[in-house]
Amino acid sequence: MEMLSKKATCKSHGQDSSYFLGWQEYEKNPFNEDRNPLGIIQMGLAENQLSFDLLESWLARNPDATMFGSNGGSIFKELALFQDYHGLQTFKTELVEFMAEIRRNKVRFDPQKLVLTAGATSANETLMFCLAEPGEAFLIPTPYYPGFDRDLKWRTGVKIVPIHCSSLNGFRITKAALDEAYDEALKLNLRVKGVFITNPSNPLGTTMNQDEFNHVISFAVSKNIHIVSDEIYAGTVFDSSKFTSIIEAIMDRNLEKTDIWSRIHVVSSLSKDLGLPGFRIGMIYSNNETLIAAATKMSSFGLVSSQTQYLLSKLLGDKKFTRHYIQENQRRLKKRQQVLVSGLQSYGIPCLKSNAGLFCWVDMRNLLSSNAFEAEMELWKKILYEVGLNISPGSSCHCTEPGWFRVCFANMSQETLNLSIHRLQAFVTSNGDGNYQNQKLSTRISRRNSLVVS
Amino acid sequence: MKLLSRKATCNSHGQDSSYFLGWQEYEKNPYDEVRNPTGIIQMGLAESQLSFDLLESWLAENPDASGFTRNGESIFRELALFQDYHGLPAFKKALAEFMEEIRGNKVTFDPRNLVLTAGATSANETLAFCIAEPGEAFLLPTPYYPGFDRDLKWRTGVEIVPIQCTGSNGFRITESALEDAYQLARKQNLRVKGVLVTNPSNPLGTALSRQELNLLVSFISAKNIHLISDEIYSGTVFSSPSFVSVMEVLLERNLANTQVWNRVHLVYSLSKDLGLPGFRVGAIYSNDNTVVAAATKMSSFGLVSSQTQYLLSAMLADKKFTKHYIFENQVRLQKRHAMLVRGLKNAGISCLDSNAGLFCWVDMRHLLTSKSFDAEMELWKKIVYQVGLNISPGSSCHCAEPGWFRVCFANMLEETLDLAMQRIKDFVVSTATKSSNTGRSHHLSSKYSARKSLSKWVFRLSFHHDSENER
Repeated sequence: MEMLSKKATCKSHGQDSSYFLGWQEYEKNPFNEDRNPLGIIQMGLAENQLSFDLLESWLARNPDATMFGSNGGSIFKELALFQDYHGLQTFKTELVEFMAEIRRNKVRFDPQKLVLTAGATSANETLMFCLAEPGEAFLIPTPYYPGFDRDLKWRTGVKIVPIHCSSLNGFRITKAALDEAYDEALKLNLRVKGVFITNPSNPLGTTMNQDEFNHVISFAVSKNIHIVSDEIYAGTVFDSSKFTSIIEAIMDRNLEKTDIWSRIHVVSSLSKDLGLPGFRIGMIYSNNETLIAAATKMSSFGLVSSQTQYLLSKLLGDKKFTRHYIQENQRRLKKRQQVLVSGLQSYGIPCLKSNAGLFCWVDMRNLLSSNAFEAEMELWKKILYEVGLNISPGSSCHCTEPGWFRVCFANMSQETLNLSIHRLQAFVTSNGDGNYQNQKLSTRISRRNSLVVS
Repeated sequence: MKLLSRKATCNSHGQDSSYFLGWQEYEKNPYDEVRNPTGIIQMGLAESQLSFDLLESWLAENPDASGFTRNGESIFRELALFQDYHGLPAFKKALAEFMEEIRGNKVTFDPRNLVLTAGATSANETLAFCIAEPGEAFLLPTPYYPGFDRDLKWRTGVEIVPIQCTGSNGFRITESALEDAYQLARKQNLRVKGVLVTNPSNPLGTALSRQELNLLVSFISAKNIHLISDEIYSGTVFSSPSFVSVMEVLLERNLANTQVWNRVHLVYSLSKDLGLPGFRVGAIYSNDNTVVAAATKMSSFGLVSSQTQYLLSAMLADKKFTKHYIFENQVRLQKRHAMLVRGLKNAGISCLDSNAGLFCWVDMRHLLTSKSFDAEMELWKKIVYQVGLNISPGSSCHCAEPGWFRVCFANMLEETLDLAMQRIKDFVVSTATKSSNTGRSHHLSSKYSARKSLSKWVFRLSFHHDSENER
């Protein structure tokens, strides 16, 4: 008899993919400006480290938020005992207002329709448990976040069928692609329960446009299926006016009073906007009462620490702060993105035009030895081991065309970003030469390192 | 096509059970000493509120721990970014040592074999996912914690087959009960993957004896199955015999590093011992590397907030504090337990002899109108609505015999416990009086009207059998 379950012994957690392998290599040889200047620079982690100073100064001005209140005793006990899966009311109230603020208040959210979860990871899995039986499927546009293979499929038994998007139109979702994906699912005998979009997109860094909304919404209406919109990057849009939430899109089309309204579900988190992935704050928002009731109970398996809910209720309750933070954070992200884009462009590496996210979708097709995923892997390994940059190959994101890479720009200092651009430049230059020799390259890199560091 | 999944629309979350319904009634009419003195007293919540003062004074003396600072330096950034599912090393080390302390240092725990989860709720579900396929089964001794029906079965598709324990031997696990359960599973075509025990037991409040532990180890050895020992109450053992973990028994039998060693897994949490259910700190401990690896990845779905990991790593690393806390907390638990036992005895009600937990397993069989679960429900409703106490009926814990109730003692003030005891006493007396003489209702009401807080519903007791809903 099998001692452990298939889930425990299989590879469905997807963690043998290159996305995670690159991470491991980085862990073995991590770049450090002083201690390991030749180490691997982590550019595969979509984290936002640009605005901690703003949070730190707020914390310094508001010690009560972490000290369990000015009347230290009473708040502590109350929080220590608080395990209600409906969540701390004050926190949920502030959270929905923060979410509305990010959406320029074009959408208002009702805290009663919000379920708190331990991160978006938990929110996404919970939604799958609620919306689909094992063996049923969701359609997801490629390229997509590698973690979805684990989060949506592993323990739920739900299947993913890709909606293939192509560089020919900037990876935008087309009606044809949706129909093809649906047909593919039928061919595989899979019942489709919904479409899962990430908006803004990871790894593309783009926000959905009106055409795409038209296609996805009409499609979901006609097939009578759900739309899950993971809006975890909503706060990273450089220009708020360019972001439209799925809820706004539905309202713009006057569909609130129709069936589809109860088949729209939004996922979000404070991990990307506020840069707090360690605090595990995620959420599900839906107008479907049955779903909210079920998801609330399921959140028992991943509740948010009450200590953390309290801290965030105070932080988000400071509207002056949040307004300033949102703006300033977006400004810094835009600036960083421009550094990366222009840096890459200056030696012939284009990026997909993007307006959000913590990364760029970089076009390195010109550097491939052939138009194949083997060549992409070959290039990725060179960049990882020889150039010393951990970036994410498009294949790990299920991209249908080889040669694209996701490169993060917000999880390091400005100097480190500059260094990584220089390293890549050296690599590209030598690659173009055709006289590529490992030794020469590393000498060039170390010389450049000393140039940059000094 | 069905819009939502069966999981979302069925009742497998088990939350229609009386365990949760009593909770709801309490929410509608909660007792408050000042604002609602005739309200329902919550005795169905296994929480410990006895030692917060100790935690609060530690916090006041150690502001770094909650303030994101270490030796005055800000570590906010580091913590905000920390989402490694291997957990904060300092916290795991401190937690492993805390667990050793609770077990009298008779066993050692390697922090690398510890997986952090958002509460024991998450730990138990994760272990079920790792060990069993949908449709396979775990054997659980009855009575058991009502939440298991949700935690072990709901999303996993795993089944529970009860190991029936009875009051005739103090609800101890016997070899025949184990074998009967195994055969019952086979008859139902369920493949048994393991046994799950809660030690100390919820709702019994008893710690498993060495004999029971040995029996369990032999059983899982022979059947080649797993044993999960949920030791969430291990720190609440307040009198002898001292707590014996199944790990200790394995060591005694020289089973370290054998196959059976790899099939025993612990679940732990800080919700009961430290009284911190809101912070969602749970853990799985296993000697099986595959289980640890899989459970670690699964913990992505319920990680512990790094803010909380840091606070607790500092607190648990303070060995002087933890030693004092464990001891003092147990002293207070013992005192409360004695109070409840005494108060019930005063009302002619006995409890199962227990030395752990935050509750007593109370024998109210003699108050039943008949030896049936209907009568138990009838009695339970009277106690909730008329006496004003939310206690948990044995049927909600899958007890094989009607008439037993779990009554919590650590989640309220001493005065409130006193009041609860008084209410019970009055109820028992009036029930006895009523059954012996139905014509003295006037006398009864004048006798009790002096006790303002009790008069309303005692008066009702004299006349009505049905539950009162207007409060």
